[in-house]
Formats: sequence, structure tokens, C-alpha cells
Amino acid sequence: MRHIISILLENEAGALSRVAGLFSARAYNIETLTVAPTEDVSLSRLTIVTTGTDAVIEQITKQLNKLIDVIKVVDLSEAAHIERELMLIKVRATGKDREELKRLADIFRGHIIDVTESTYVIELTASGAKLDSFIQAIDAGLILETVRTGVCGIGRGERILKV
Amino acid sequence: MTMMTGAEIVIRCLQEEKVEYVFGYPGGAVLHIYDALFKQDQVKHILVRHEQAAVHAADGLARSSNKVGVALVTSGPGATNAVTGIATAYMDSIPIVVISGQVPNDYIGQDAFQECDTVGITRPCVKHNFLVNDVHKLALTLKKAFYIANSGRPGPVVVDIPKDVTAAKCKFEYPETIQMRSYNPVVKGHLGQIRKAVHLLLEAKRPMIYSGGGVILANGAEQLTRLTRRLGFPITNTLMGLGAYPATDRQFLGMPGMHGTVEANLAMQHCDVLLAIGARFDDRVIGNPDNFASIPRKIIHVDIDPSSISKRVKVDVPIVGNVPDVLDEMLRLLDGGNAAPDAEALAAWWQEIEGWRAKQCMKYTRKKNVIMPQYVMEKLYEVTAGKAIVTSDVGQHQMWAAQYYKFDEPRRWINSGGLGTMGVGLPYAMGAALQHPEMPVVCVTGEGSIQMCIQELSTAKQFRLPIKIINLNNRYLGMVRQWQEMFYGSRYSESYMDSLPDFVKLAEAYGHVGIRVERPEEVEPALRKAFTDYKDDLVFIDFITDQKANVFPMVAAGKGLADMILTEDL
Repeated sequence: MRHIISILLENEAGALSRVAGLFSARAYNIETLTVAPTEDVSLSRLTIVTTGTDAVIEQITKQLNKLIDVIKVVDLSEAAHIERELMLIKVRATGKDREELKRLADIFRGHIIDVTESTYVIELTASGAKLDSFIQAIDAGLILETVRTGVCGIGRGERILKV
Repeated sequence: MTMMTGAEIVIRCLQEEKVEYVFGYPGGAVLHIYDALFKQDQVKHILVRHEQAAVHAADGLARSSNKVGVALVTSGPGATNAVTGIATAYMDSIPIVVISGQVPNDYIGQDAFQECDTVGITRPCVKHNFLVNDVHKLALTLKKAFYIANSGRPGPVVVDIPKDVTAAKCKFEYPETIQMRSYNPVVKGHLGQIRKAVHLLLEAKRPMIYSGGGVILANGAEQLTRLTRRLGFPITNTLMGLGAYPATDRQFLGMPGMHGTVEANLAMQHCDVLLAIGARFDDRVIGNPDNFASIPRKIIHVDIDPSSISKRVKVDVPIVGNVPDVLDEMLRLLDGGNAAPDAEALAAWWQEIEGWRAKQCMKYTRKKNVIMPQYVMEKLYEVTAGKAIVTSDVGQHQMWAAQYYKFDEPRRWINSGGLGTMGVGLPYAMGAALQHPEMPVVCVTGEGSIQMCIQELSTAKQFRLPIKIINLNNRYLGMVRQWQEMFYGSRYSESYMDSLPDFVKLAEAYGHVGIRVERPEEVEPALRKAFTDYKDDLVFIDFITDQKANVFPMVAAGKGLADMILTEDL
């Protein structure tokens, strides 16, 4: 099962490597990992997408909680939540492809944020699955480069992760 | 307030923490700290001969007492040599603080002389670690280090201090207590869960108590003993938990696991309610979890670390909390209610257990002309009247010591259970001997293990530590040889210990007493002599033992606990 785990941790040097190191040391799987400071700069918010059986996910949560720098851990996917991922994709945009790519970007509610005579950079924010479908929708030969941030997520409504 | 250098602050913090002994080895990056150490006499420094031993000795001191052990090493090789010691302490949850020097802040990342990423290297084998890049954070960081090491599930903490920080000055302030928003270990267990557990225990027809090192670490032996006696249930202590319940008591079934007794293993396997306390269902203890869990039973698990619960075996009643607090609560509930265990069922269960016990699985055949290692352990127990602190190294001798020396009290048996580190025995004995000058301290070892930290004979001489080294010398890496005999067609690949030193002469060369014992009838007199005539000396007794003796019973790796190989099977 795929799980999105959200972690609040001290914004200390090395805190990220403690989390990443835990996953590799215990052979847990990381699909994506994103991290940045929160509105309180002494805190970082980290989101990990992982897969595992219920027992493995339980261990991951417990082991994360055991790390001294970790303040709170929540399995977002346990309840209603929103997830988003940002992708920048550079495509070869020449001839009739230029029009087609523009139309496709519009359909997926993406923005073209860089234009040259022969390329576009399209920015797209959506769930990971939707980014995948966008990539599928484009002729693979036209894709020059993609970069994705990994998933970040948040609980719906009153479900709040705070110190 | 006067300004202090970082080095002075380090020493002052150790004084504030009432640290009596620091085990260490000087070097470039810690010279300021050693200078500050020189100018005071409250904290005593024990100069080891290798940094690995510094950490083991600090660890041994901690295991034999309820204190945090402290080691001090320099940067680079000093820190890397300490890693085995740190990992050993980590696996057995021992509270130690290791202070390492680091190259100056400006030099970090420049591949400076004796630079290594100590925080990076030790990260996976510490409870927590710090790089202190500013002298203003130094005192608070050391406070946190001691607090983290010795609270919750204990463990090693490394504090890495760049040299310039030890020279920089600031005001010294040491907080009395500390609050960390990210670290709040649980103490009290959940009352509802404890009630549920007591109810299950009283309903049980075939109950069993299984306790581990956590009981000793939490100083819960007294509560465990009271609870066990109150219930009248059988109990087993793991290798790390020996001494938590008196081994000479009738309710004690011996050690469980790979080299556990028949009665302990079968009771673990056939019970209907298992109360696990401060134990972690380790592979050497329960064997294959699939076989362990295949027989239906209810498991209650008391542990301070939630991640230990339902890690290898699914638990029915988890109780997260400090062992003595939880057991006190259980006792309170038992005292408050009228319910008692089912006496009839319990009597029948005990009858079954006594049947297993009657097999006398620890029996071995003595030989007329050859010393059996088990015999040495039995005699050691007799001669010391069971009152010694016994440390061991890792291998067959470790198992024989655990099987044949009956520990009636906690913190008397000191060994590396989790990491299984050869070479710990002598430094462990050093730490214990310094902490308990009034008690006999014995190091049970083998000719393989002792050579992994043999240089510490020099430290023991310098600090006059009257350790008694019991070397069970079978000229083989015995446990390796045993596995090769049983599972590798007796192909003894590299397990023969050739070109051994003359241990008697070696001990004498270091200024100690050396005795060689080659005949069974000499065993007891030699031991008596060591503990009387040479009471104040380090005595190295080299027992030339049977080469082919194996440790039984044995559960092969990956098998279930009921799958025991007994002596007569071979």
C-alpha cells in the first residue's frame, strides 16, 4: 500500500539525513521525499511517500517517532487529505507540435513558463498520478527533461499537523 | 560570571553530571580538553590503550551501575576506533556519552589531518549525536546528551566538538533540568491496557513470564521478582536479562533461546499467555517468529520503546511504559482485587514444566584428564559464591558462563548480547572494577576474544584493577568451530587458533599473575588461589579445556524453539 507520511522535525543540520538514513538502514522504501522549513523556521516539514504492508508502515511510524529530532509524525493517507506535486518539463516545441503542446498544457491546467524558438518549459502542479498522465500524453520523443518535486500533502479541514 | 574555555566547560559539565571516571585517549583535536582535565582532580581519567576499549569500559561501568559511562577520544582514527564500542552499546541500549574531538570548524570538509565525519559515521549506531559548532551551545548540548542517553530507552550519544570550540570562551551556564519538544519519553503505562493484561494473566492456564535486558536497565528487578512470586508463574530471563530474577529460585526456568534450557524454550512455546517485559523477541531468543507465533497464545508486551512492540511478533496487549512503574501498577491491581491465578491449571502446568526440567538438559560428561569448560564455570560459581560481577566476551565461553553461573542479582552479568562484540570482556571488567572496587570482578573469555583487546592488560596494571581473567582456551574459535562441525561437514575453515602466545608469560610481561591449568583437579585450587592469595592482583588463568566441547541445547538459526538439539542427539 502507498502511504504519505508527514513529519515535523527540528530544522537542524543533519536532521534530514537521520530520516533518510533510517529508511535505508531498515530497508524501507522511499518513493519521494520533500522537505522545507515551515512558517516557523525552527521547524521543517518533510513528506515521504512510501509503500509497505501495515506492519511495515507501523514500524516506519514508530521508528520515525523515535528519532530525537522528530516532533510529530502523521500518516496523511489514513484520512482525507490533499496531495500535490510540481513538475517542470522541457519539451521540443517546433512546427505543429508547438500548438499541440500548448493545448495539452491548457487541458492539464499547466503553464508554459519558458519559451524559445524550439523549446517550451511547462509547469504543472497536480497529484503524482496526473503528472504521470501528462507525461504519457506527450510524445516521448519530444520530452527533453523533466524535474519533479515529489509529493507534498496536507490533511483536509480541521486535520492539522502542528507543534 | 567568569568566562570559561570550551575545554573547561566540557570538564565542568562532567563534574556537574557527577562523572567520576572518563575513559579516553588523547590526540590533537582534544588537547585543550586534556589540558583542562589536567588542571582538576574531580574527574579521573583512565588512559586506555585503544579507543575501542575506552568505549567498552565506559559501557561496562554503565552496565554494572546505574550511571552514564563517559569516553573521550580524538578526531579521525580516535572516533572511528570508538565506533565498535558505540555500536555495541547501541544494540544493548546502554547509556553512554562519547565526546570526540573534531578538526576546527574552518577545516571541516577540507580533508584535514585526522578529519572524519564522526557524526555521519556514528549516526546509524547512536541514540543521538551532535556536532557542536559554537561554544555557546556547548553546555546545553552536553546536558541534552546526558539526558537523552539515560532517559526513555537508553543509548549512546556522541558529542563531536571542533578544536576551536574548545578554545573559544563564553560564560558557563548549566541548566538543572531540560525540556525538549521533540523528545518526551513515556513513563506511565496506559492503565486500561494494564488492567487488560492483569485480567489475561489471571485467566491464564499456562502462563509464562519472559523478561529481558530492559528490566535491568530500568532497575525493575525488584518489581519483577515480586510480581513473579505473587503470581507463582514460571519465568525465564534472556541473556541480557539474567539476574533480574534470582536464578537459584524454583520459578526460574533458565535462559531461553538458541542455547536456552529445554524447560524455558518449551514453556515459551507452549504457554497460553506470555508476559514479555523489557525484551524484544530477538532472533537468538525466539528463533523463527513464524514457528513462535504458530501456536495460539496471547502476548502482553511491556516496553518503554513502542518500536520494540509488534516488531518481530504481533502482540495482543501492548503496554508502553517504564518497566518498574508498569509492574508496580500490576501489583497494585492484583493487591486491590480478589481474583487469584487458577491454582489447579497452574499446578498442572508446573507438572508439565517439571517434566521438561527433569531432562536436565545442561548435564554434560566430565572427562578424567581433560578440563570441561562447563566444569570451570560451575567451580567459578562455587568459589565466588555467586557474588562476583562476571563479564564475558563472545562465543562458547559466553554461553557457558550464562548457563552455569547463576545470577541472583541484576547488573552482575555483563556481556555484549546484541552486537556480539568479541573483545569486550576485559574492558567491561575494567569499567566494572573501577565502579565496584569492593566486589570481585571476573572476565570469562576465550583465547580468541581476549586477543581482541589484550592491550588493556596494560591499563589494568596502571590502575591496579584486580580482575580475574578466566580464559577457556580450547585452541579454537569455539562457536565458529561448533557451527562448522554441525552445519559445514566439520570443515574447520580458519577456526583453529594457531601460534597462540604463552598467556602466562604474557600476563607476567604486563606485570600480572599468570597461571596455567591443564588438569581437572587443578581447577578449583587455582580459582581459590586467585581469589585469596592473589586477591589484589590481576590474575590471568589459562584453562586448557576440551577442544571439542559444544554448547547445548541448541536451536539452529531459523528454526523454532521446540526444535532443540540436545547433547544425546549427536
